[in-house]
Amino acid sequence: MTPVFSPSRRRSSGLRWILPVSTIALLVALPVLSIFWLALFPEENIWPHLLDTVLFHYISATLVLAFGVGLFTLLAGVGSAWLVTMCRFPGRRFFEWALLLPFAVPAYVIAYVYTDLLEYAGPVQKLLRDWFGWQTSRDYWFPEIRSMGGAIAMLSLVLYPYVYMLARAAFIEQCGSIRAASRSLGCTPWQSFVRVSLPMARPAIAVGLSLVLMETLNDFGTVDFFAVRTLSVGIYDTWLSRGNLGGAAQIACSTLVFVVLLIALERMGRARQRHFVQSPSRSRDSYRLRGWRAALASACCGLLLLCGFGVPLLVLGGYALANFASYWTDDFFTIALNSLLLSATAALITALLGLLLAYGKRLYPVRLVKSLVGFAKLGYAMPGAVMAIGVLIPLAAFDNALDAWLRAQFDISIGLLLSGSVFAIVFAYTARFLAVSAGAIESSLDKVTPSMDRASRSLGRNSWQTLWAVHLPLVRAGLLSGALVVFVDCMKELPATLLLRPFGFDTLATYIYQFASDEMLERSALGALMIVLVGLLPVILLSRSMGRRSGEAQAELIESEAPAL
Amino acid sequence: MDIRSLFRTAVAVTGLFAATATVAAEQVNIYSYRQPFLIEPVLDKFTEETGIETKVVYAGKGLNERLQREGRNSPADLVLTSNTSSLMDLLAKDLTQPVQSDVLEKNIPAQFRDEAGNWFGLTTRARLIYASKDRVKPGEITRYEQLADPKWKGRICTRSGKHPYNLSLFASMIAHHGEAETKKWLEGVKANLARKPQGNDRAQVKAISEGVCDLSLGNSYYFGNMITNTEQPEQIEWAKSVNLVFPNQQDRGTHMFISGAALTKHAPNRDNAIKLLEFLSGPEAQYLYAEKNFEFPVRPGTPRSDLINQYMGEFKEDDLSLTEIGSHVPAASRLVDEVGFDF
Repeated sequence: MTPVFSPSRRRSSGLRWILPVSTIALLVALPVLSIFWLALFPEENIWPHLLDTVLFHYISATLVLAFGVGLFTLLAGVGSAWLVTMCRFPGRRFFEWALLLPFAVPAYVIAYVYTDLLEYAGPVQKLLRDWFGWQTSRDYWFPEIRSMGGAIAMLSLVLYPYVYMLARAAFIEQCGSIRAASRSLGCTPWQSFVRVSLPMARPAIAVGLSLVLMETLNDFGTVDFFAVRTLSVGIYDTWLSRGNLGGAAQIACSTLVFVVLLIALERMGRARQRHFVQSPSRSRDSYRLRGWRAALASACCGLLLLCGFGVPLLVLGGYALANFASYWTDDFFTIALNSLLLSATAALITALLGLLLAYGKRLYPVRLVKSLVGFAKLGYAMPGAVMAIGVLIPLAAFDNALDAWLRAQFDISIGLLLSGSVFAIVFAYTARFLAVSAGAIESSLDKVTPSMDRASRSLGRNSWQTLWAVHLPLVRAGLLSGALVVFVDCMKELPATLLLRPFGFDTLATYIYQFASDEMLERSALGALMIVLVGLLPVILLSRSMGRRSGEAQAELIESEAPAL
Repeated sequence: MDIRSLFRTAVAVTGLFAATATVAAEQVNIYSYRQPFLIEPVLDKFTEETGIETKVVYAGKGLNERLQREGRNSPADLVLTSNTSSLMDLLAKDLTQPVQSDVLEKNIPAQFRDEAGNWFGLTTRARLIYASKDRVKPGEITRYEQLADPKWKGRICTRSGKHPYNLSLFASMIAHHGEAETKKWLEGVKANLARKPQGNDRAQVKAISEGVCDLSLGNSYYFGNMITNTEQPEQIEWAKSVNLVFPNQQDRGTHMFISGAALTKHAPNRDNAIKLLEFLSGPEAQYLYAEKNFEFPVRPGTPRSDLINQYMGEFKEDDLSLTEIGSHVPAASRLVDEVGFDF
């Protein structure tokens, strides 16, 4: 990466940024570091046993799942983002924001819903049996939903919006003139997409995809329900039934190595590529689709939306309505409010920290900062309950040390200050989801040419003013989409909330879990529906404002700044 | 006013806020592995009778680790568990304290509590064989050992072999037959499975009613939960499609395990917590606590719910000590991997 400033400049003001940025990154990385620390003290060496028995199964299941989910989310996410950004077809404006909706559905919920629909006793097979007169399951073949295929489908349906959102932001921020140039040089629309737009959007798509893969690796609820035994099943098993938390931490850390390798590989692949937004795409050139092409485009987007959102909404809504009176409690208001406030706080903090870290890394891309920021983002690939233990360790250690010190110095005991409080949950959310917001912001920031920084600084603005006046408007789309994703992720977050919460404190996710964990979908439907609906609000609000305005803001900014350059 | 005393006041004030949250006058703080909707009725009854408030954090896993990390400042007084292994783990991590109570000793038979009083069983469950009414004749299977018989090839369903309920059963097999024979048995059962282990115990009964398999392993209370489920009437049909087999009645008896509770080492509301423990072992709570989830009360002489009497009656229980079962669980888990039970 080209440094934004000359070395001499860096040395003079460097500490002002490097120190706080490193400190923040270190704090956020504490849970992951704690797990690495745990990994040093296993109860017994688990590897010989794992190697002899199930490790191969765990790894192959993990690889197949990751590959399947990666491929599907890539096709669905990039394809739909390209369609709604660059083409005109019936329903485009609706799909533009609606395609994000499946994201509000927790993976474990969609897994329950489809199992309910597609298993032997479900309405689909029942209907088929009635039609064809089959008697038992031995009379016909029907795909088994509780399988690897099912898990890939379920995870993909709710995770593709990551890729969609980032790819779309990238396509919007791309300057139209390059595409126009490619077309005038004889590229067909397809060639222009493959050879120009796609490579330019690659960093953003890579971020989206890596989020998808990390989420796939950390998933336990869905794969466990579908009897797909991935490494996270191995982690929990080693921890809980073998009583070997250290061994479990070792497996978790090895998974992280896999993630780091993947990311490094992708980076190497585009090491020499670098491109910046040079001029705005004022008027988006779009291809007007007609006839069967238009119908196909609408159908593809519609299908994603239907499967990822429509069907779960209908099924949950059906259950919720049927038993509304017996399942509604007045606590729902408090519980929903808890979810909302926690998620909003975490989204805000994560966005702020993400911006600071990404900007600090941009200003001073020294090794220390880069590796700390990278480390802080790894929390996303950890299974939630393991991450929760990672949060417990530093917080409880801090609390107990503080308490011991106060006892010794002043003979006062304050008990636990941070652990077991709402702070612990927000901290866990930040540590888990920083990757999301930082990733989104970095990919936006990377596209801003360093000459902007230099111009602004040479005009007398300091680094803060430059951030505020120049970068913030330019990365608004990335910032917003990052915050939005973190918000929804927090609404759905279960394992860490469950373990870290204070007494008598529920979020929507923990509330439905007590029923869902026992496969009682009907009793968890109302709560699940509320997660989806509450998660929906910001999705709609933010995504509607995100698309057009960021383009405009960018255009305005560059116009007003351009003469000064 | 010097800086120290100023600081002390400030800390005291902040501490007050923190303290009110954890050690208010009359309350018990509970870390629970049992789902809130199962324990709320009994806890409400306790509050009604004693005026002591109960506060609960429920989680499916990790509460032992939370307690361990929080150390002497942990606000938790009691841990309620849904299986034996979490109790054993608490003991192994030195997170419990012994309770001496005549009430508890009178109410809970010795085999269902720790000798030193570090943990107590509150309800018992039996691990049963559910057999298809249509396809398995009564008396055709009577022992766990027979599940490995090749005649059941492709006819058995079960949840993951790694689930605590299965591990507990497998651990009891190790206790009775040794590791080598248990491994052979597990290989036999594995070879008889109709499908890869998946779902919970209820899902297996459903599979029997759908004709996917003829036998399954399941806890006794799942039957009660299904046969009374008026909200999901199809579950009543599933339950009606099976006979309950209480295995090994002619020899050692059916495998039993417990849900239980332990007093934490640093319980800030120790006395109230013991009151709650004693209440939970008393006649009224035993009936309520057990009935809510169709489990068996540990307290001898507690009336069982009508439903349990109707479908289960009296049966012979394996009286293997829970501590011994617990000690074989890691080995059971290893064997499950070795025979590739879950794949």
